[in-house]
Amino acid sequence: MLDYESLKLIWWLLVGVLLVGFAIMDGHDMGVGTLLPFVGKDDTERRVVINTVGPHWDGNQVWFITGGGAIFAAWPLVYATAFSGFYWAMLAVLWALFFRPVGFDYRSKISNPTWRKTWDWGLFIGGAVPPLIFGVAFGNLFQGVPFSFDDHLVSTYSGSFWALLNPFALLCGMVSTAMITFHGAIYLVHRTQGEIQWRALRAAGFFGGLMVLSFVAAGVWLWMGIPGYVIQSAVDGAALPNPLAKTVVREAGAWFANYRAYPATLLLPALGVAGVFAAQALARSGRSMAAFWASALAIVGVIGTAGAALFPFIMPSSLDPRASLTVWDSVSSQLTLNIMLWATLIFMPIIILYTGWAYRVMGGKVTAAYVRENSHSAY
Amino acid sequence: MVSEQLVDLSRLQFAATALYHFLFVPLTIGMVWMLVIMESVYVMTGKPLYKDMTRFWGKLFGINFALGVTTGITLEFQFGTNWAYYSHYVGDIFGAPLAIEGLMAFFLESTMIGLFFFGWDRLSRRQHLLVTVLMAVGTNLSALWILIANGWMQNPVGAEFSYVTMRMEMTDFWAVVFNPDAQAKFVHTVSAGYVTGAMFVLSISSWYLLRRRDVEFAKRSFGIAAAFGFASVCSVIVLGDESGYTVGEAQQTKLAAMEAMWETEPAPAPFNLIAIPNEAEMKNDFAIEIPWVMGLIGTRSLDKQIPGIKEIKARNRERIVSGIEAVTALDALRRDQNDEAARREFEAHKADLGFGLLLKKYVSHFDQLTPGIIEKAVNDTVPRVAPMFWSFRLMVALGFAMLLLFGLALWHSVKGDFADKPWLLRAALYSLPMPWIACEVGWFVAEYGRQPWTIYGVLPTHLSVSTLSVESLYGSLAGFVGFYTVLLVVEMYLMIKFAKQGPGSLGTGRYANEAHA
Repeated sequence: MLDYESLKLIWWLLVGVLLVGFAIMDGHDMGVGTLLPFVGKDDTERRVVINTVGPHWDGNQVWFITGGGAIFAAWPLVYATAFSGFYWAMLAVLWALFFRPVGFDYRSKISNPTWRKTWDWGLFIGGAVPPLIFGVAFGNLFQGVPFSFDDHLVSTYSGSFWALLNPFALLCGMVSTAMITFHGAIYLVHRTQGEIQWRALRAAGFFGGLMVLSFVAAGVWLWMGIPGYVIQSAVDGAALPNPLAKTVVREAGAWFANYRAYPATLLLPALGVAGVFAAQALARSGRSMAAFWASALAIVGVIGTAGAALFPFIMPSSLDPRASLTVWDSVSSQLTLNIMLWATLIFMPIIILYTGWAYRVMGGKVTAAYVRENSHSAY
Repeated sequence: MVSEQLVDLSRLQFAATALYHFLFVPLTIGMVWMLVIMESVYVMTGKPLYKDMTRFWGKLFGINFALGVTTGITLEFQFGTNWAYYSHYVGDIFGAPLAIEGLMAFFLESTMIGLFFFGWDRLSRRQHLLVTVLMAVGTNLSALWILIANGWMQNPVGAEFSYVTMRMEMTDFWAVVFNPDAQAKFVHTVSAGYVTGAMFVLSISSWYLLRRRDVEFAKRSFGIAAAFGFASVCSVIVLGDESGYTVGEAQQTKLAAMEAMWETEPAPAPFNLIAIPNEAEMKNDFAIEIPWVMGLIGTRSLDKQIPGIKEIKARNRERIVSGIEAVTALDALRRDQNDEAARREFEAHKADLGFGLLLKKYVSHFDQLTPGIIEKAVNDTVPRVAPMFWSFRLMVALGFAMLLLFGLALWHSVKGDFADKPWLLRAALYSLPMPWIACEVGWFVAEYGRQPWTIYGVLPTHLSVSTLSVESLYGSLAGFVGFYTVLLVVEMYLMIKFAKQGPGSLGTGRYANEAHA
């Protein structure tokens, strides 16, 4: 069994990998959902758009489910405190996601235009709302979240849903929505042709620009106006987790401490910006597959930027800073982390293998002719 | 102290969302194997009829699956949103099977289902069959891991409490996986799913036969459903949940409550066929007993005793008294972890910590304890008898009714004359809701029967909730029920529409009610 400190670090990385995997895989079908009412002008075009992700959205959504399960298993205190604290935000995500399975599967089973348009907007909500809220949630992590623990580690959240929607958090929500929509647009460029592809390319131009601008603006705002958190007491990585055993202070510029200490981490924000431009250039020159992976790297860069700034914090408490949740003191036992590491190492490669196979089998451009020929079996 | 209203609303919301979810899950679990059978016959014989069967029943399967996914998302996150203290207290053990379910099972199932629907023209016959089999394996593995998690709530093995981290921690992963309670639950639950899938196909096929349309298609479907359903219903009954009932104390308590067994009877105990339980006086006002039967099904032996409710309560009273010491020592340890005296005291009473926590429903500090409060907590340790007694009997009665139906269906399917037996076809049609009712009632028995605990003997339900406002709970409960109900209506509409249209909806040109492009 690995030592406890290494396991804690590995699990910080693995949760990051799951988040990034979720953003890349479920992200592209959410982006497609957001763009659906705009890049598909008539019913056939919309069916083309939907069928680019038709066989895959369900598998992709499991990144979200498994991410939830993994946070439960590896960071139970985070799972408990964040999801109960962000209660209405979490419910909004769940309810938005409700539209997806039924939207995809039921939409084309009835030909009534009102029915189909209703589900198109359902798929829009299911695609646009979750990334917006996840971005807003990250924005709030940087500002600290008003929660505290009692002696028995019962958490109480003292904020409101509306307080989450502050300007900085909304800017972060814009970063994440633009990122996911951009990613979906690039995917559509890869899987469609003609008019739809052209509209997707234009969307990629717009959302890529918006993503870079808002990402840089959020960085500047964080630098100028948002104090970070620092653990003041000595950190013992091998200690049994107890979030109340440390002292924490707020300090201006602290969110940039890791970048100062390890300048190599600056590659992450650079990757976030460069990935967008590379994806746009590649998509324009017709190398859409490479563009998809460039866009995926941009996602790695953006999420990595946030993670590296926050480390070792996961969820700082603005109400009682010492109760802040960190990678050292909100984790599971050594045994559970170890078992979960093995489960991930065994199954993740298998998952990637059969997901890749599924995309290969269903690969190629989705066309209006395909939708017409398969009108009883396609979405 | 947590308000009772908050606890009740949190329970209600969990019950509602879980019961909605389980309207869809058993059909998925069962139908997926029927699809495997149908497609296997197709691959072996090459007859297009079997491909059409796989695709048509697959279409209905898909309509159901969509809502299974929708309602399932909630359950993965609701422990965090509404049961925060539970999630912290047992996440170290309970989270692992949920995460492994995602990695090992749900990814597989969800990726393959895409290929099942869209891959017909892009995969060879054998490849497509492999996809269907993997989808079925994924579905069933998914049930396995979820029931390992649920089984641990009933019989929490392989874990220990740590006063430093203030939670339960895993000590033996394999004990959690091979928990006999979880294994018994898995077999019982997936078999119930198989019965549901079989009943669905049997009923709808019977309807086509009664109307004398798509006869060949319906006859083959009926035959497969009859055989698969008969085997499954035997499995549900013989390998019932009961095989796990002697394992843990949770199950003993549940057994006593659902049998309205107040006294410990000499082995082998009689079975109360019908009784009128009297909660206040702890006796049955009226009972029809069948000698020996309870002892036989409960213990699978002639000489092991099954404890009655009075004996269970007496045992629990001792544990609560000892639990008071455990909680008091724990509080001291939380103030100062180096308090040696408190640590010794805690170790001595640690096993009863959960029982001490039961008192927190009534008092936040133990200096306010009175004998009356302890008595209330003792009475809480056994769930109310009447709901348990009757819902269990309803489930069992439905099980035997389905055994009879599938027995007759199989008999006449072997003789080959079922298509001319309108009474049988009509019985099969009207029996359609039975497996769903049995499944829902079964879950009620399992979960209500574990009260007042979320984790038996470890964590009381009233301590498990998130500290949310009652208003939030009203809002979210209304949201869930409203949203789910709308979706359920939409689902039923589509299900009925396509079931009525029948295999003609595939647009192959071979059936009645052909779809137009």
